[in-house]
Amino acid sequence: MLPEEVSKLIGRAGDVQVFQVEKEPIRRFADAVGDPNPLYWDEEHAKSSRYGSIIAPPGFVSSPWFSRPKSGAPASSAREELRQALQKAGYTNPAAVDAGIEYEFFCPVRAGDTIAFTSAIKEIVEREGKTGKMAFIITETRYTNQNGDLVATARGTSIQR
Amino acid sequence: MAKQLYWEDVEVDSEVTPLAKVASSQMLVKWAGASGDFNPLHYDEPFAAASGVQKPVVHGALKRQWLIQLMTDWMGDEGALKRFSCQYRGFDYPRLMKTMAEPHEGDTWWCKGKVTKKYVEGDEHCVDCDIRIENAKGEVTTPGTATVVLPSRG
Repeated sequence: MLPEEVSKLIGRAGDVQVFQVEKEPIRRFADAVGDPNPLYWDEEHAKSSRYGSIIAPPGFVSSPWFSRPKSGAPASSAREELRQALQKAGYTNPAAVDAGIEYEFFCPVRAGDTIAFTSAIKEIVEREGKTGKMAFIITETRYTNQNGDLVATARGTSIQR
Repeated sequence: MAKQLYWEDVEVDSEVTPLAKVASSQMLVKWAGASGDFNPLHYDEPFAAASGVQKPVVHGALKRQWLIQLMTDWMGDEGALKRFSCQYRGFDYPRLMKTMAEPHEGDTWWCKGKVTKKYVEGDEHCVDCDIRIENAKGEVTTPGTATVVLPSRG
């Protein structure tokens, strides 16, 4: 049984957050992956492609950078509230582990775009594992661009022990 | 540039061109900085041990991007990634660094995929694939699926 202070967070949506897609962060991201795709690196190549400009790799928009508080103030997201509630409920492992993700991509993300997104906690499921109880946390995020077009959706699963 | 892949070039059971990757401690530092994932699980030995993963592990999201690169390399500039999923089933441990730029000899990971279905959805020529990352022992640590839209010769 999930304690009430945990289960009440199911359905909780975080604030809408906004970020700019910039060329240098795209390149740092592609460099870290080891991905030399010229659509991310080469202005001329990208210009002559069907995209007409540098694009971001699929998945770029989920970078945790973009959900960090802009001022450096402590996080006040639904996720942080959930982390604290789970700690109280006996999930004391210091770190949650990423278990997987499902994406749907609807349109490209170009350098210069402004992306708005919001995440909601969709499900929390408790299971008894070999090493004790685990909470599976499923979060859905929707990303839109400055034209109001839906860019992508992501459904992520993390495990807290 | 590799030549463009067309929908007509692909059959069920066709292989996605494999992609080799080497995870190093340096790559994990770069990924942490580039993505903003500062979970100490990926760089702090005692923290990783206390979290039950023995030692720092490769970020799931970095493995996700390897598999996304597998698909974007294969589909080419005219292709589009439509759907993607992966599950982080097994932990992967990076090679440590030997020099400023080179990791020690050690494990290489292979991103691989196979076409499972080919169909037209609306006006899109789609291909579904099963994808995976295999560790140096050939074990699948990261299975997944992907759907790409390819250009058609019409």
